[in-house]
Amino acid sequence: MTNHWVDMRNTDCALIIGSNAAENHPMSFKWLMKAKETRGAKIIHVDPRFCRTSARADIYAPLRSGTDIAFIGGMINYIIQNNLYFRDYVVNFTNAPFIIEDGFDFNDGLFSGYDPEKRKYDQSTWKYKTDEDGNPLKDMTLENPRCVFQLLKKHYERYDVDTVCKVTGTPKELFLKVTETYAATGVPDKSGTIMYAMGTTQHSVGSENVRIYAILQLLLGNIGVPGGGVNAMRGESNVQGACDMGLLMHVLTGYVAAPTNDPVYANLDSYLKKETPKAGFKVNTPKWLVSMMKAWYGDAATKENDFCYDYLPKRRADRNYTHIGLFEAMYDGIIKGLLVFGSNPYVSGPDANKETKALENLDWMVAADLFETETASFWKKEAGADPEKIKTEVFFLPAAASYEKAGTITNSGRWIQFRWKAVDPVGEAMSDLEIFNILGKKMKEIYKDSTDPKDKPIQDMVWDYPEHDEPKLLDEVQREINGYDLATGKLMAKFADLKDDGTTSCGVWIYCGMYTEEGNKTQWRDTGDPSGMGVYPKWSFAWPANRRIVYNRCSADAAGKPWSDDKKIIWWEDGSWAGIDVPDFIVANAPTDPDGDKAFIMKDDGKGGLFAAMADGPFPEHYEPWESPVENLLSSVQFNPVAKIWDTPMNPQGSADKYPIIGTTYRVVEHWQAGIMTRNCPWLAELMPEAFVEISKELAREKGINNGDMVTIVSARGKVKAVACVTPRFKPFEINGKIYHEIGVIWHYGFQGIAKGDPANRLTPHIGCANSHTPEYKAFLCDIYKGVI
Amino acid sequence: MPNKGYLVDTSKCIGCRGCVVACKQWNQLPAERTSFKGTYQTVPDLTANNYTIISFHEYEEDGQIKWYFTKRQCMHCLDPVCLKVCPQKAISKTDTGAVVRDREKCVGCQYCAAACPFQVPRYDKVSDKETKCSLCHERTAEGELPACVKACITGALQYGDRDQLLDAAHRRVSELKVEYPNANVYGDKQAGGTNIIYVLADKPEKYGFEEDPKVSIAITAWQDIIQPYFPWLIALTGAVSVFSFFSTRLLGVGKEKAHEGESIHG
Repeated sequence: MTNHWVDMRNTDCALIIGSNAAENHPMSFKWLMKAKETRGAKIIHVDPRFCRTSARADIYAPLRSGTDIAFIGGMINYIIQNNLYFRDYVVNFTNAPFIIEDGFDFNDGLFSGYDPEKRKYDQSTWKYKTDEDGNPLKDMTLENPRCVFQLLKKHYERYDVDTVCKVTGTPKELFLKVTETYAATGVPDKSGTIMYAMGTTQHSVGSENVRIYAILQLLLGNIGVPGGGVNAMRGESNVQGACDMGLLMHVLTGYVAAPTNDPVYANLDSYLKKETPKAGFKVNTPKWLVSMMKAWYGDAATKENDFCYDYLPKRRADRNYTHIGLFEAMYDGIIKGLLVFGSNPYVSGPDANKETKALENLDWMVAADLFETETASFWKKEAGADPEKIKTEVFFLPAAASYEKAGTITNSGRWIQFRWKAVDPVGEAMSDLEIFNILGKKMKEIYKDSTDPKDKPIQDMVWDYPEHDEPKLLDEVQREINGYDLATGKLMAKFADLKDDGTTSCGVWIYCGMYTEEGNKTQWRDTGDPSGMGVYPKWSFAWPANRRIVYNRCSADAAGKPWSDDKKIIWWEDGSWAGIDVPDFIVANAPTDPDGDKAFIMKDDGKGGLFAAMADGPFPEHYEPWESPVENLLSSVQFNPVAKIWDTPMNPQGSADKYPIIGTTYRVVEHWQAGIMTRNCPWLAELMPEAFVEISKELAREKGINNGDMVTIVSARGKVKAVACVTPRFKPFEINGKIYHEIGVIWHYGFQGIAKGDPANRLTPHIGCANSHTPEYKAFLCDIYKGVI
Repeated sequence: MPNKGYLVDTSKCIGCRGCVVACKQWNQLPAERTSFKGTYQTVPDLTANNYTIISFHEYEEDGQIKWYFTKRQCMHCLDPVCLKVCPQKAISKTDTGAVVRDREKCVGCQYCAAACPFQVPRYDKVSDKETKCSLCHERTAEGELPACVKACITGALQYGDRDQLLDAAHRRVSELKVEYPNANVYGDKQAGGTNIIYVLADKPEKYGFEEDPKVSIAITAWQDIIQPYFPWLIALTGAVSVFSFFSTRLLGVGKEKAHEGESIHG
């Protein structure tokens, strides 16, 4: 999130899209209810069906799954055409005035530089036009037809209200109501927040969905202000922490790029040359990388050996190591072993039949979880497998639950909150920390006498943690993550002090400052909120640098005066900056200095990117999901031209003639993810005992399905049975004059536990976002039949 | 001591059922086997193992969908009928007005269940006793919130003095009336007033409540008219019997006729 949970109480209007926040992030409604109570805030919910969030919203608007870009694009067009954007903000803080390179173009669904063979863009025309010194040309009046603002305007001209409503299936008057209500936050004294979740990200255009929210917020001046922001409500507890710790395949800790086997990453110098920009806060990349290497390899990492840079695995640039990529590799027998910790792909993986089959090709698998998951027992008869035919050696490690161990969880708002242990784990169950501690020690033991150069990284890694002393182990790891001044042995105070010469260590640069000589700030529990804006500066530690609202330079105008007294975070006073939050810009710069308005320090140009390059374009463009019953009305390019298509076994693409219904999946508040914890909890199994599918009354009538009937849903990849929930809350969509039905299946279920059911993900496809490869769980094609077939 | 209860502001309820689970956890009530029948109301009604439930009410009106969530449980009436009808005097009110049952005294006659205007008490086969919400009086006596109130994440449940709850409720209703003209306070007057107060955005029937919940006529007749005079009736009946016994003897009517062996009817 750019903002945080508590800050939602400062909003005037919450746009909840791609999310069922009341069910899946109920805490959000604690703060939204306060916003309603104290500021008369409005809640807008845009969703394929009316659910528990919609029940508490002021405006509910239906949207066909997979059409967010059309919807928001329509809002953007309306806002620009009707001059509802926050002009001063846009001019000062975004790249709206920047002129774009002459060669840049967009035509009928494709940007300039497209290679249809490679399904990739050559982005060399997607740049600013510069003067002889390399400085971008600008037009502060925003009139130049080649400036970003005008190109943005031109791009979304096709997204007129009628066209957009034909694509999304939203009734026109509702679309206008949403747009007008939300656009009202485009003034200095009002702010709007966009809250989103998996309904946004789990699409082949998922990343661009988020991008277009950012564009909308920049136009309305809603970034860097209280009650504003682009707010991802993360889908799993501590997934934020997992990403921060570098568990995504393309990054090291703190989102520093992970090297590949491309020659440009051959050594430390070439890596740093590639990854360190000339301007912006990322100029500090060398400090972050070197400090991380010192944390990992200690004394073995020296200037002479490039700080053990060679030890970093150089993944193959031509391989895809994302979730889908990994399971494709397992299916093909390339990956032999799997550690699956707190994850249950039998239930939660896309194209679940394929992913389950893939497990059969492993030599070994280690599953760690609180209960025996469907994945851990994929080889059993109950799973539908033939144990005789499966050669995989499966280990199960009982794991401790979150209250049976101490440690931090980083929430969606970037607050790193320490949790204390409440009870001892049951039986032999252990925390993940202890499990990995032991694994690391065993590995070091096994390889300690090896003379093979490839085992040196294991031999040299620093792993002198205590055993059988979890509190001490945790403390040492936390300190290591924060980092040390290696000369003095003292904990680092802030990442601004990190060095690239090997004199500092830091496991995760964005977490630096969380545990200093002042103490473990993740354990801070001071309920003081001096500003009354919900900042709570001494309650835990927010990364980066305990900053609660990022991009907060945007909360004040060019002269450093807050846009509104009601929405102030930082301000220029008596020759220096003052405020209620940690400033997110170079405080040495006065507002009137040349860099005084650089609010987005992680970008070279310091400006909010209305125009910003992603794999599939610098402006989000609507494309239909991989499986869609309708033709793209916005261009003749049907599907994302860059998203990787896995033309592989057990992943056929379904066509609308055979599978005419739009399918989607969702969750209920009573169950958690793949369900192994909650479906084993009797009280929760009582509340939601079975898998069900929500369908409209109209579709039910067509298919002869009654409320409560058992039904079968089929897609090109599999079939599942579920109980039908026939409801007026789901309505058919009128898309370009024709009626299409959409249904939604609850996906938490598997054959284990007290509450059992079929995994809905047998229906979903092995295809992902063009940028992040997040699977397109939320829009596919299917059909539905009464009874079990 | 002032009456204490809690406010259920349905305009803030997200139907998450955290209150339902918290109640079961505090009271250590076992889970029941349920099935999904096409409604989220998988626990269709209060049971011996579910002291509180959420009922789900779905409507389509004027092209708008409405989905109301109602927390149902004992209303902790100011003048509880169950207390009046219990033959064992097992039911009493705490000093803050919580209506509680002494389990030792309860014999499971189910009379309270028949009498309750809100149809709340439930018979537990296992213990052969009636059960219902106790307003967590053991918790509130220690200064703790009732389990459901503590679990509620949106602030839809607020515990406090009944007077203050009513003030807050009426204020909230006047705010809501702008958009929801049928908004009303429930529990202020119903059944003589209850300690659980509701803010409703629509008519009570829409939430599964009766507009004017009444105790059944038979129970009222028996309870308010006949039973109070029961001791007198017994005494009167006894007196009449005794008088009749002696009066017939004294008048000698029956005796004479019997002696003659003829029917008095001739």
